[in-house]
Amino acid sequence: MKILSVENLSRAFGGIKANNDITFEVDQGSILGVIGPNGAGKSTLFDLITGYTKADSGNVKFFDNEIFGLTPDKISNLGIGRTFQKLKPFADQTLLENVMIGSFVKEKNVKKARDKALEIIDFVDLIEKRHHFAKELSTGQRKRLEMARAMAIEPKLLLMDEVTGGVDQKTIPGLVDLIKKLKKSGVTIITIEHNMNIIMEISDNILALDQGERIAYGSPSEIQKNKQVVDSYLGTFDAA
Amino acid sequence: MSEKLLIAKSEPLWNTDKRIISLISGLVILLFALPHFGLNSFYLHLMIMIFMHAVMAQSWNVIAGFSGQISLGHGAFFGIGAYATSFFYVQYGISPWISIFLGMIFSGISAVLIGIPMLRLSGHYFAIATLLIGISFQIIFQRWDLVGAASGLWVPMTTGDSWLALQFHSSKMPYYYVFLIFFLVTFYLVWILSRSKLGFRLRAVRDDPQAALSLCINVSNYKIIAYVISAMIMAPMGSLFAQYILIIDPDRVFNIEISIIVLLITVLGGIGNVWGPIIGAAILIPISEYSRIYLGGTGGAVDLIIYGLILMLICVFRPDGLISFIPKNILERKKQR
Amino acid sequence: MTSEIILQAIVTGLMMGLIYALIAAGLSLIFGLMDIVNFAHGEHLMLSMFSSFWLWSLFGLDPIFSIPITILLMAFCGMLTHYFLIRYILKAKMLIQICATFGLSIFIRSIAQFLWTPDFRNIDKPLLEGRLEISGVFIGQPQLTASLVCLIAFILLYLFVTKTETGLALQATAQDRNAAEILGIPSNKMFAIGWAIGLGCVGIAGGMMANYFFIFTDVGINFALFAFVAVALGGFGSIIGCLYAGIIIGLVESLGGLLIDPSFKLLYVFAIYLLVVIYKPQGLFGRY
Repeated sequence: MKILSVENLSRAFGGIKANNDITFEVDQGSILGVIGPNGAGKSTLFDLITGYTKADSGNVKFFDNEIFGLTPDKISNLGIGRTFQKLKPFADQTLLENVMIGSFVKEKNVKKARDKALEIIDFVDLIEKRHHFAKELSTGQRKRLEMARAMAIEPKLLLMDEVTGGVDQKTIPGLVDLIKKLKKSGVTIITIEHNMNIIMEISDNILALDQGERIAYGSPSEIQKNKQVVDSYLGTFDAA
Repeated sequence: MSEKLLIAKSEPLWNTDKRIISLISGLVILLFALPHFGLNSFYLHLMIMIFMHAVMAQSWNVIAGFSGQISLGHGAFFGIGAYATSFFYVQYGISPWISIFLGMIFSGISAVLIGIPMLRLSGHYFAIATLLIGISFQIIFQRWDLVGAASGLWVPMTTGDSWLALQFHSSKMPYYYVFLIFFLVTFYLVWILSRSKLGFRLRAVRDDPQAALSLCINVSNYKIIAYVISAMIMAPMGSLFAQYILIIDPDRVFNIEISIIVLLITVLGGIGNVWGPIIGAAILIPISEYSRIYLGGTGGAVDLIIYGLILMLICVFRPDGLISFIPKNILERKKQR
Repeated sequence: MTSEIILQAIVTGLMMGLIYALIAAGLSLIFGLMDIVNFAHGEHLMLSMFSSFWLWSLFGLDPIFSIPITILLMAFCGMLTHYFLIRYILKAKMLIQICATFGLSIFIRSIAQFLWTPDFRNIDKPLLEGRLEISGVFIGQPQLTASLVCLIAFILLYLFVTKTETGLALQATAQDRNAAEILGIPSNKMFAIGWAIGLGCVGIAGGMMANYFFIFTDVGINFALFAFVAVALGGFGSIIGCLYAGIIIGLVESLGGLLIDPSFKLLYVFAIYLLVVIYKPQGLFGRY
């Protein structure tokens, strides 16, 4: 079952084609990794899919329903969640309050929303920090905050933008485990990543972008052998 | 893991100290009893002004503190409320108790009409727009003959006290209780709002609208809801004020000082916090009333000098307001070990 | 309604428009530099007009001669504003920044009222007076001079910002203050310069208007409001936009007052603001 299908999605800013005719599909329950050098248009792709930026042309179908042109809140309502590359926590609110905003989507009652938020905070292993203000958390913790908050809306599809970016080495395995846990719970994931080891490890499929164009799509082993990808981005991939 | 979760779930939702609750209950009882301690007219007036301004500031707090939209023309809703009761009483003899609701409805509608185009705008644009709109109301009412233009409306005085016409002449005590009740009810409603799902979502809209969108929150709609609620809290104060002084004109109820003072009180007390407007009003209104007495005729200008100075000082030194002097664990949130 | 009357309104509107443009340029410069709207802009204008007045009233200096003093005074005022207030709120939330300059405006206006009373003043028989008549249209000499001076000042400002080293440094700070810092451009100094120039513009406008305008403590309010509209119409951060916007506002005020109803002149200008922010939020030349 195709949970997401993107066709000929394009967006230009002035003369620069940030996304040019991007087409791909995502199987439900899988993890799609999106890779590419900086400026390849990866985050723009997310913004186009989630409605933050209006695409010039193309279409996006979520479970065969056209979502092109919808506003971000309507799209999230349909079951697509996301995190942001430049983190957007509600800085002056606590971790718990942050996640509660998410859990209010499914729970009307304040206590139930709070309890549900706590469960998710437990899932991402941050329960001790629940009363800490978001601005007091470390980068890695804030990344988990965003994930927890996005998960709280019970999305069927979760778009994660560079979850391991700027996070120290020892925090990474925890995040990777979290992503795997998420997949097991039935969430389809699209994740932008620069860390090649992680991408190769967790992705079922990989979409490679460069300069706004899709240059490759396939399984991790196929991508590693793809000359264009290797030249533009990976370099000779030393399976460390 | 799940043990910590169980502990977390068993925590009360809100950490309100039992002592605070008793303190507040005591204060409420005190407020009801106060007039009977032989307070003279001036002190009753002072308390009335404190109640009124606390509610007005709370109204501004809802749109600015809870939702993050800075309105510099909030006085417009005050004026609408004032004219609603006065006009309908003067023209049609309708009891102010009914037209208070009319005033709320008119303010609510105005908020929607203003809000739909304006709330999409970013902070500065919206602030300027509200400034322009506030002044526009004053200009329009100054030239609208139906409501008395620049002379305004004089509400005919009843002989003796009248609850139906909301006028009391023998003493200020009835006014005191009317304002007190409105104050308590409004405060309670806003307190509930801040702890409700709506309150959480408004704070999300305030702190990061883009993130809020990703969490299924229709930011535009919520901003308008907050604006409407805010307007409907402000209007009754204008209505009651009109019943208190019985002469209203555009300069008295639409002037920019009203917008200034609600902003100042809230920022002084602590913006975004339910208690902020009360603290701000309790401190600022006595200063204002006393300076009016002791500094005489030019009292008006000196008031404003102090307001401007306080506002700047707060912004520089204590942007979270005076409430930030109270340690957090007493009020609402407690940081866990 | 003869064509002469309409032409008169157009000329008057054009002249006022140039003055609005300069005032708005000062506002736009400050906003472009540090994302702060100077809600006290009108009060600064009022101060410059009073500066002209007192220099005339106490020392017999005609406005033409006291203008340099007024300009320097306002520039100095700008630097004071930056050092004693703005510097502390640069990193604060937008709400606090708005409240701070709003508070400043209240403070300045009420101190002025306290010291000088709300009475209307004007300068009697300045050197610049009299009227010209050109094909049925009467043009006051003070008004004309004021407008031309403002236009020249505007052009100089534009050249300064786009062609001089300091001007380019200002632009760099406006676009990305951290990057500019790394390149050796001290932000704090740039901000202070920005305020000095911004209020210097106001000083020119106010000083020239003192020749013919009534001077009173509330005089700045309308000008400030028009300046806000001008900056929004022209586009926040765009100096050139201020010129077009100022002229449009001047014309709308003048023609609106003539063709519809003079007592609602403010509302016509406000209506422009509403139309702009709804249909073209970036303004004519805006960055956003």
